[in-house]
Parts: sequence; C-alpha cells; structure tokens
Amino acid sequence: MLGSEKRDALVDALEPDHGDGFAPKGRSLTEDAMRRFRRNKAALVSVYVLGALILVSLIGPFFIPFGYEDPDWAAFRLPPDFASGHYFGTDQNGRDMLARTLYGTRVSLMVALVATLVSIVIGVTYGSIAGYLGGRTDAIMMRFVDIMYALPYILFVILLMVIFGRNVILLFIGIGAVEWLTMARIVRGQTLSLREREFIEAARAAGLKPFQIIRRHIAPNLVGPVVIFATLTVPEIIVTESFLSYLGFGVQEPLTSLGTLIAEGADVMEVMPWLLGFPAGFLITMLLTLAFIGDGLRDAFDPKDV
Amino acid sequence: MTENIFKSENLTVRFDTPDGEVQAVSGLNLTIAPGETVAIVGESGSGKSQTFLSVMGLLAKNGKASGKAILEGRDLLTMRPRELDVYRGRDISMVFQDPMTGLNPSLKISRQLTETLEVHQGCTRQEADAKALAMLEAVGIPDPKSRFRMYPHELSGGMRQRVMIAMALLCEPKLLIADEPTTALDVTIQAQILELFAQLKDRFNTALVLITHDLGVVAGLADRVFVMYAGRVVEEAPVDDLFEDPKHPYTKALLASTPRIDTDLESLEPIPGRPPNLQRLPKGCAFAARCAFAEAQCREIKPALNPVADRRTCACLLVPTEERASA
Repeated sequence: MLGSEKRDALVDALEPDHGDGFAPKGRSLTEDAMRRFRRNKAALVSVYVLGALILVSLIGPFFIPFGYEDPDWAAFRLPPDFASGHYFGTDQNGRDMLARTLYGTRVSLMVALVATLVSIVIGVTYGSIAGYLGGRTDAIMMRFVDIMYALPYILFVILLMVIFGRNVILLFIGIGAVEWLTMARIVRGQTLSLREREFIEAARAAGLKPFQIIRRHIAPNLVGPVVIFATLTVPEIIVTESFLSYLGFGVQEPLTSLGTLIAEGADVMEVMPWLLGFPAGFLITMLLTLAFIGDGLRDAFDPKDV
Repeated sequence: MTENIFKSENLTVRFDTPDGEVQAVSGLNLTIAPGETVAIVGESGSGKSQTFLSVMGLLAKNGKASGKAILEGRDLLTMRPRELDVYRGRDISMVFQDPMTGLNPSLKISRQLTETLEVHQGCTRQEADAKALAMLEAVGIPDPKSRFRMYPHELSGGMRQRVMIAMALLCEPKLLIADEPTTALDVTIQAQILELFAQLKDRFNTALVLITHDLGVVAGLADRVFVMYAGRVVEEAPVDDLFEDPKHPYTKALLASTPRIDTDLESLEPIPGRPPNLQRLPKGCAFAARCAFAEAQCREIKPALNPVADRRTCACLLVPTEERASA
C-alpha cells in the first residue's frame, strides 16, 4: 500500500506511548499471498533465474569487449570459442553473439514491459469503469471491445506502423493498446462481482462518488487477477514481438531482439546452430520462468484451488 | 417535541420483477425526532430494510421509490445521486447487517475509517487519523492503535461490527440507521454492541433507527416501535406500552412467539401460516389469513392506521380508535 510506512509513523506520533510496544502491523491479503508464493519452490526458483537473466542482460554488455553492432574482422562465423573471447561465437558479419543475445534480451524485455504496462493502465481503467457503471454504458464500452477484437491483429499492427513509423517503443505502446482488450474483459468481470459486495454498498452509503469507489474500493481488490494476467501477458508480448520481427515488422538492424536473432539463426541452423541455439535458449528460459511465476501467483492469490 | 429530523410521507417501494410488480413498502409514514431511537420490527420480507435502503438511494436497479423521505426539510428521494452523496455518510449513515462482508478486505481499517472524513469534511490525513483513532476508542476497541493498522480479516466479527459503527459515526450523523446490527453476531457480543449503541447515541445525540426482527433488541434500546407487516406499519407505540399492552393481533402474536426468560418454552406460540405474497396482496387486512381474531370484514376492508391511545396508532378494524373509545 502506498505511503503505508509514512502513515504508520504518523500513527506512532499520534499515540506514542503504548506500554509494551506491542503494535502488530496488519498483514494484507496481498502480503499473505506473497508468503504463499514464497513457499512455491518452482515459482521461487523461476524468480531467481529470471532475475539473474535480467541482471545479466542489463549489466553484461559492459563487461563484453565487443559491441553488438561492431564486426570482429578476425572472426566471421566463429563457433563458440573461449580462446577468442567469443563465448557464444559470432555471426556471418563477425558480430559477437553474446553481446547480441544480451541486447536482444534487453529489447524483448523492455518491449514486453512497456506493452504490458500500457495494457494494464488502459485495461484496468476501462474494465473497471464499464463493470462498475454497468447498464448501457457497460454494453456500449464492451461492444467497442468486441469490435476491436474482431479486427485482424496484423492489420492493426500494420496500421500502427504507418502511424508510428519504425519507432520500436511507439510500436509496442501500440501493441499494448491492442493487448488491453483481454485485460479489460477480465477486469470488468471481476468488477461486476465486486460491485455486488456489501462493502461497496457501505461505501455508497458513506457518500462516495462512483469514481472514488472505483479508485479506492474496486482497484485494490483487483491486484490479484491483474498481477496474474500481467505475468501471462509479458510472455505473450515477447512471442508477438518475436513473430513480428520474424516477419520483418519489428525491430530493425543493427538493433536486435530475441525474435530477430531467432529468425536469422533459423535460416542457417544447419551450418551455424549456435546462432539459433543461444537466443532460443534465452527466450525459452524467459517464457518458462514467467509461466511458472504466473502459475505460482495464481495459486498464491487463490489458495482454494491449490 | 421539537422539529422532526426525519419524516417519510406515503413512502412506497416497488420492484419490477419478471413475475410482475412487487410492492415491498406501501405508503409508509413515519417521523423521527432528534436523538430518538426508533425500532422497526417485522418478519423477513416485511419491507423494513427496503424502506431505509430507498431512503439511502441504495435500492436494487429494479426498485423504485415514491412518496417523500424528508431529512431536515430536504427530500432525499428526489435528489440526484451526486446531490445525495453530500448527505450520505455525513447527515445520514448506515450500519449494515453483516460485518464480515461490510468491510473492504484489501484496505486497512485506517483507510476505510478516514475515508468519510476526507470526503465529507476535507480533513487532512493527520486530523482524520486522530479523529478515527478517538472514535475507535469510543466504540470500545482495545488497543486501537494496532487495530488501526490491521486488515478486516484480522479482526473478529464483534470487532468488525464496532469498526463499522465507528465508520458510520465518524461524521457525527444526525440519523444513524442500523440494519439488523446484531443478527450476525453471537449472543454475548450482541449485548455488548447494543450497550454500545445506547452509549453512543447519548454521547453524539444521534437519532437511531434500529431495524430488527428481534424483539429482545427492541426492548432494551428503543423509545418508540413501529411494527411492520407486508410493507405497512400495523402498529406504532412507545416501547413499554407495546410490550405491556400490544393492540394489534400481529404484535400480540409476535410477542407470544418470542422466547422470554420468565415464561416456559411450552407457552411459545408460533404464528400459523406465512406472510402474504407481496405481488398479490389481499383486498382486506394483509394479516387476516393468519389472524386468530379475524372476522368477515377483515377480509374486505383494508384497515387504516388510526390513533388508538396516547401516542399510539394501530391498523386493525377490531381495535377501537381513540375517538371511538372515548365516545
């Protein structure tokens, strides 16, 4: 909860002496869920692996003597080799594969995070408003979502490309803007059931306005499903990005992403398998760990299903 | 007596259902004076809760209220929701039946309590926290400082009900509606909560409406009692008079069916039959079919609510009205 520490300090100031100093801090449902999550071994290991992967992709390039776009004139198509320092080998242009893979991971992760964030912001706002207001507003808002769903996805991406040009970040904000549809549906469904709970009635009886109720009472109760769905959205967007890059719509040379690397590696996998193997390994690791984390979170937030 | 704080005139609540229209409350007139405790008693489905949900603007979507519900000269029923939000929580507030579901599970007690203060009085966080802590103390929560930081699921049912009461009282409303505040609690806690209501209404001079089906609750706390049956008030009386000398056959039957410490269990008499279908209310008295004293005229004529004694009214053809009695 935001500013929770600060408020605790405030309360301490208001009522400084309480004898034994026993003032247990409340534990929220989210904190309880996190405790359950930490007991899930597969998920916990996944968090560490993913963390390590992110860390390496962020700081790794500083320790590699080769840039991701600079050819090494002494080494073309070099298989993984410790002597020359090209641990992952080099590609047809003599570029170091380790540097390229780490860069690709960075780009893929960033793209996924940006798009997921966009989809959460739009999806939660849209879905909770539709769900809470209900009635005709809800019907109109959700029909709009249905229409957006019906539009072919690739068409949409090409449209966005025309609007945004080849700017990667803008393109993926755009993809996030398409991804939010499912988020909005999930959030709306959740809000519909929350709306009928008695504490919402109590909030109305206390004179809170609809938007105050959505912000203060509905949104905090959406944390569980939203977090779970976000962890599932991240890999989905990574795959989407890979797919688009594979088609040539995504990230442009010399910048690279895991998808681009895999696409290029697939063409030559019979002669230079390391060009495919390493980026594919990174992608698979990322997707697997995210899947485990998502699973762990779902179990943690909904202990009845365990 | 001074000006009434709340008055309803011909308050009627209807619901559109797939099976037709249901009239949950029909033509209710009641008045509440400042600081007074009024109990609304009746079986399930007698319309007692719906009356006040309609006043608070909390009816279900298919519900429609007509008539007037006047709080300090302003009719709440004609207000737009935005306008109503100014008064809800500030001048009129409500304690709900089930403390287990009435608090938001993902917000700390502190946040839920201070919310009304921030919304209605524009308090800063610090002021609101101080007031809320004082109120927790007032509703008898031990160690309020540490409870303040807890989440609802970390408190017991009685404790949560106290929190809900604190929440309702924070803006010092002129009218507090308690909708079966003790029904979901066990008996020992019930007594404590009732005691608390009695203390608080004196301290804050709040008028209290107690909605209940439990006559025991009524006896200890209320000044005046309205007995409702099938959406109508059938009897209104000061609490002592009601227990001593119930006029309406339904009230009599209700009292006879309530277990008391000073009578044997064998002397309990259940009321035969079931409440009437609100979709097809009988032409005459709604209670006639179950009434031990019913006569032919009862099934034909709908009795009006007439004064029968000092400060008492009753809707029964068989009870002589004041004029008739004195004549």
